[in-house]
Amino acid sequence: MSDIAKSQVMHAKDIKQLSTQQTVAKILAKIAVYAFLGVMALIVLFPFYWMLISSVKSLDEYILAVPTFFPQEFHFENYIDAFTTANLGTLFLNTVYVGVVSTALSLVITVLSAFAFARLEFKGKNALFAALLATMMIPGELFTITNYITVSKLGWLNTFEVLIIPFLVSVFYIYLLKQNFMQIPNELYLAAKVDGTSDIKYLWKVMIPLALPTLISITILKMMGSWNSYMWPNLVADDAAHHLVTNGLRGAFVVEEGGMVNFPVQMAAVAIVSFPLFMVFLFLRKYIMKGVSRSGIKG
Amino acid sequence: MVNTKHPWKAWLYLSPAIVLLLIFTLWPIINTVVMAFQEGYSIQQASKGKEFEFGLDNFAYVIEYRGFLTCLKNTILLCVLTVPISTMLALLIAVCLNSIKPLQKFLQTIFFLPYVTNSIAIGMVFAAMFNVVGTVSAKEPIIQTWGIINNIIMFFGGEPVNWINAGSEYWANIFVLTVYIVWNALPFKILVLLGGLQSVNKQYYDAAKIDSTPKWRVFTKITVPLLSPMIAYVVITGFIGGFKEYSSIVGIFGEKMGPPGAMGKPLNTMVGYIYDSISRQQGRASAAALILFGIIFVVTMINLYVSKKKTHY
Repeated sequence: MSDIAKSQVMHAKDIKQLSTQQTVAKILAKIAVYAFLGVMALIVLFPFYWMLISSVKSLDEYILAVPTFFPQEFHFENYIDAFTTANLGTLFLNTVYVGVVSTALSLVITVLSAFAFARLEFKGKNALFAALLATMMIPGELFTITNYITVSKLGWLNTFEVLIIPFLVSVFYIYLLKQNFMQIPNELYLAAKVDGTSDIKYLWKVMIPLALPTLISITILKMMGSWNSYMWPNLVADDAAHHLVTNGLRGAFVVEEGGMVNFPVQMAAVAIVSFPLFMVFLFLRKYIMKGVSRSGIKG
Repeated sequence: MVNTKHPWKAWLYLSPAIVLLLIFTLWPIINTVVMAFQEGYSIQQASKGKEFEFGLDNFAYVIEYRGFLTCLKNTILLCVLTVPISTMLALLIAVCLNSIKPLQKFLQTIFFLPYVTNSIAIGMVFAAMFNVVGTVSAKEPIIQTWGIINNIIMFFGGEPVNWINAGSEYWANIFVLTVYIVWNALPFKILVLLGGLQSVNKQYYDAAKIDSTPKWRVFTKITVPLLSPMIAYVVITGFIGGFKEYSSIVGIFGEKMGPPGAMGKPLNTMVGYIYDSISRQQGRASAAALILFGIIFVVTMINLYVSKKKTHY
């Protein structure tokens, strides 16, 4: 816009002034653009708004034939009901445990692998890296069948291991971090070698601080992945003791034919589950956007 | 690059990743192909010492099975509906966002919000919005509330629709899923396309302005061609994601993959079919997974071929 404005000033000298008609058309176009974006933004936000206001309504108010767009009275006890109905406390603890452990281990593995690929020289390096990248093309479902058999044979069904170990390595994260490591000048590494610094110390003191933004992106994406994972946990850890938040949430409110779910409580549960994600969005948005724009994956 | 005297060090650092990849990535690729070509393979019977014949039986069974055809049809239909709609809408929003200055950052933030959500949880919110409380399918329906979407339709003088409840029609279900999937797919596409627009060289637009080219021609002759690599990227990732569609449907309809009381799983997808047969019919699940991989591979190749011909770069 500023460029356009500048060029307008420039052009004003040699080109005739815009006629009033054109100015009016321009203003109308601007209004149309804002109106379109405004309507789209409302559509995007509406489900969140509906979730929040429904979550504090009473069931009687929720099923009114003419809906209220603002709750008549606030029933915050819905949130307590939701917490107990869906057993959210246990679900949160399980998910946080799985998320933290798998993120920590995954970061260690990713950093070590990215370091080897970015800084060290060994036979077959490029071939190995290309092979890793090639696996990214294959849909995950193809692995799932055999992995299900593997973890059953290992006796891991309904344990935390099964939720953590199979997904510790992400080729995408290794790729992302390797690219970042390669931007760090090699001279730093050589200088450190001359000083007799060990690889691990160098990694810890130089490379990790320099690559911190990428590591934060990876951490957030991995944590969000645990928070949102549904299919694999549903398949291999179907007992209540190892339920993760998404599985527990969906299972706690199943609509049977003719039966009625307490919708406000359900919406309160959804709001509680969405809250941590919303906080992440509010404070760490730029890291997510950075990681996301380079992948096509969610979580 | 540094020539370390200790190449074993590199392998030491890589060892955790390599061990895990061998077990959970390489072995599954081999084993899935092997299982797919063993007729009627199932791990339960294999552990009892049963031998399986080599053949294409699993593929034949999967392709002829009606449930699978339903899954295939649903998956393709959802792909064909949601990818073009979400891409065009995202393009329009990105172009509009790029053309304004005040509120740009604010609106951009709002449009990214759906990305950071749990697709099952927000699916339940969409379900609640389309849900009719009462019995719709009975001869004399008793309705308590039509749900907010129907309320809006009725406010504008339309007829309420049974979207997702018992007795709802297939096209109504698909409509709800399309709306939800598009809503979910927009943020990523807007992010990528807006990023592309912001890196476009302004000179092209200045040249167009001197020639006083009409807005529509600027859009089709400059913006779209310059943006074509980004468009190709979001279309390809959109198709890949679309063929793996599953959790949006669980979010709205639950594990039954259909409106309450419906027979079978009328809204199941290919991934859903694979998950259903994973615990007992691993041979057929493997065959279905290979078919899915084949479809994704072919569609991606077609996309790449078309975009090579059409993209500007």
